[in-house]
Amino acid sequence: MSRAAQISGSIRRRLIGQLVLGSAVLAAVLVLLVTNLARNVAQDTQDSILMASVTSILDTMTVRDGEISVDLPYAALSMLGNVSEDRVFYRILADGQLLTGYEDLPDPGDPGRDGGYITAPYAGTEVRMATAERRLSVAGTPIMVTVSVAQTRQGLMQTLAQVSRRGAAVGIGFFVLAALLAVLTTEFGLRPLRDLAGAVSRRGPKDLRSVKGPVPQEMAPLVISLNSFIDRLRYSLSRSEDFIAEAAHRVRTPLFTVRTQAEIALRRVERPENRAAIKEMIRALDESSRAAGQLLDHAMVTFRTDHLEKERVLLTELAEELVDRLRPVADLRDIGLSMQSEGTPEVLGDAVLIENALRNVLDNAIKYSAPDSDVDIRIGREASDCFIMVRDHAGGFPEGALHRMTERFARGDNAGGTVGSGLGLTIAREVLEAHGGRLTLENKGDGACVTLWFPAS
Amino acid sequence: MRHAVVPGLLISFWLSYASALHAYEIEDELMVGDPDADAQLRILSTTDIDLFEPFLAAFVAANPEIAIDYVVASSAEVMKAVQGGEPFDLVLSSAMDLQTKLSNDGYTQPYSSAATDLVPDWGNWRDHLFAFSQETVTLVISPAAFEGLDIPQTRQDLIRLLRDHEDRFRGRIGTYDISQSGAGYLFATQDARASESYWRLSEVMGNLGTRFFCCTSEMIEKVATGEIAMAYNVLGSYATARTDLADGIRIVELQDYTIMMLRTAAILRDAPNPQAAGLFIDHLIRAAWGPAELDYYPFPRFPAPEGAVSATRRPIRLGPGLLVYLDGLKRRAFLSEWRDAMRW
Repeated sequence: MSRAAQISGSIRRRLIGQLVLGSAVLAAVLVLLVTNLARNVAQDTQDSILMASVTSILDTMTVRDGEISVDLPYAALSMLGNVSEDRVFYRILADGQLLTGYEDLPDPGDPGRDGGYITAPYAGTEVRMATAERRLSVAGTPIMVTVSVAQTRQGLMQTLAQVSRRGAAVGIGFFVLAALLAVLTTEFGLRPLRDLAGAVSRRGPKDLRSVKGPVPQEMAPLVISLNSFIDRLRYSLSRSEDFIAEAAHRVRTPLFTVRTQAEIALRRVERPENRAAIKEMIRALDESSRAAGQLLDHAMVTFRTDHLEKERVLLTELAEELVDRLRPVADLRDIGLSMQSEGTPEVLGDAVLIENALRNVLDNAIKYSAPDSDVDIRIGREASDCFIMVRDHAGGFPEGALHRMTERFARGDNAGGTVGSGLGLTIAREVLEAHGGRLTLENKGDGACVTLWFPAS
Repeated sequence: MRHAVVPGLLISFWLSYASALHAYEIEDELMVGDPDADAQLRILSTTDIDLFEPFLAAFVAANPEIAIDYVVASSAEVMKAVQGGEPFDLVLSSAMDLQTKLSNDGYTQPYSSAATDLVPDWGNWRDHLFAFSQETVTLVISPAAFEGLDIPQTRQDLIRLLRDHEDRFRGRIGTYDISQSGAGYLFATQDARASESYWRLSEVMGNLGTRFFCCTSEMIEKVATGEIAMAYNVLGSYATARTDLADGIRIVELQDYTIMMLRTAAILRDAPNPQAAGLFIDHLIRAAWGPAELDYYPFPRFPAPEGAVSATRRPIRLGPGLLVYLDGLKRRAFLSEWRDAMRW
């Protein structure tokens, strides 16, 4: 099974990308709108001043002594100088004939009733020109007078350039702010997802509880599916464990019956080859029932570690009781059990499980030890941890296999003649891990040294 | 004031102008600096050589690689020369209206430098025109002629005084012939804009047989000799500069308002040597507006008024408004009204 997931893009990158792109578009639109608005306002301002100038000139035009008279007002041109330092041109026509001003100004076209504006090239640059007309009556003849006032657009362009620069600055500022918000929003928005992933990946290997923390609505289907998946997995695991325990239990009873029958039969047969065969049968039966027992133990350990109940456990007391119970088995093979305890180490945990773990370790030590040898048990405290160290003189673990000795069903190469399932050290390790401790295996001198480490209560 | 004396060296220049279709008429010319200098700066100016020579010498001393050809002409001739495309670099003129028109009609080019920032906003039009002097337009009187009378402080005072002493002042008042003098026309039009009392004063002056002159210097001299009792609307700077006449004249700045004329400089659009012209403008501006008072700067320095309009001294504003009185119809109408008032 591969732990790597197939990656296709990133929600974070995609979200940030889309939001930033959106901000950029919005900022560009904003700048365009502002610049356009400013252009219109600036143009309207220039137009209205030009038209005011035109009107003020038209207002001074009168007919005096049968001639058209113009008194160009000072303000007509000086008002244009108030707005910008632009060049100013004007022209006054009567029926198309020049009265005064710049004759070569561009043709305004038809200015209409309210006057008109054009933008046209003139004097090597571009000018904005306002034009208005009025009908005067000279000696009964109507004469159309046309007044045009033009101004270069340099000031306007400078204003616009300034507005554009400011607009661009505002746009960039807006964009940066929006992009920043986009990143923050995305991070914030994806936090529940990251939290859920973190919560699930931080779980221990046996933690099959449902996800309970509150999640946003959009993630509910995912969490519901995940929970239902976890439920199914838990159910299926417990079913298989129940099945194993049930099977082991069911096998152990008939095995016991068969073993009893075999022992009875052993007493009856006399021929050495038959006796050897029956002894071999008994040995195999022992191994099977021990395996079934350990499977049961393992199921029990699994169950109890899932529902670990912690209470104060005095390690020395627990070990002494166990050693007392095992002493008869050891005595059978003339193996000495010595116990040494420093202080009164106390841990929080499940006494039944701890006893089970220690028993498996001691079982192994006794099983592999040669007759007339010793198994030493030391109980003590190192730094903040409590330990129970079990040391034998049986040659130790095979070199190179230390690291896999605690895997299920793994047995040392020297296990050949010894009854065992390969579950003992696995059970011990699982118990210690459930208590937050660890199991260390090493070879010391002529034997193995197995240490059960518990965090002190 | 037309100088008949032309240095022999310059006769050839003189002839070349004269042969150039007589496009315009010069009054005076001066070459300053090394004639073999790398660059020649040709300046067309309305400012008299006498007044300006120390400044030119100082510029050439600071920039020995530049020689100056300084040509003096009346403001109308200056206008004609520029419109005729004469190859000058720089125009210095007291005729603010004509300078504005030259710039407005595109005969000048923009210039900016660290020095141009020294010019107050109202003394810089479009970075084309730079004011380099502020000169009051004043009343110059002969103290002898005013003996026993209060010196008038406002135009109202002056009108009253003239009415009360018609005999003493009849035929002894001078002012510009504004149909001939561009400066006189500018002062008169600005005066007319500033106050209605100008026309009343003109009527009074017309009644007393006012005499008309072409130039400030002539009027000042006539006041100094006592030939006329006072000259109205003359440049205070010229009067101040004539220290030789100091005993015979008195300069009066009228307190109701005193117009300030700005002399302006502009680089011509087709200037053959715009860099040298720019240097010269920088030099002018530093002398006029810089912190240091330089002894070769020929014009009085006034503290620059805070706004465009100070209480009494009012600088003529540069800008398109100045074009109005240059309009042919407007000018004809103004001159006709002025002649009516002055009975000329």
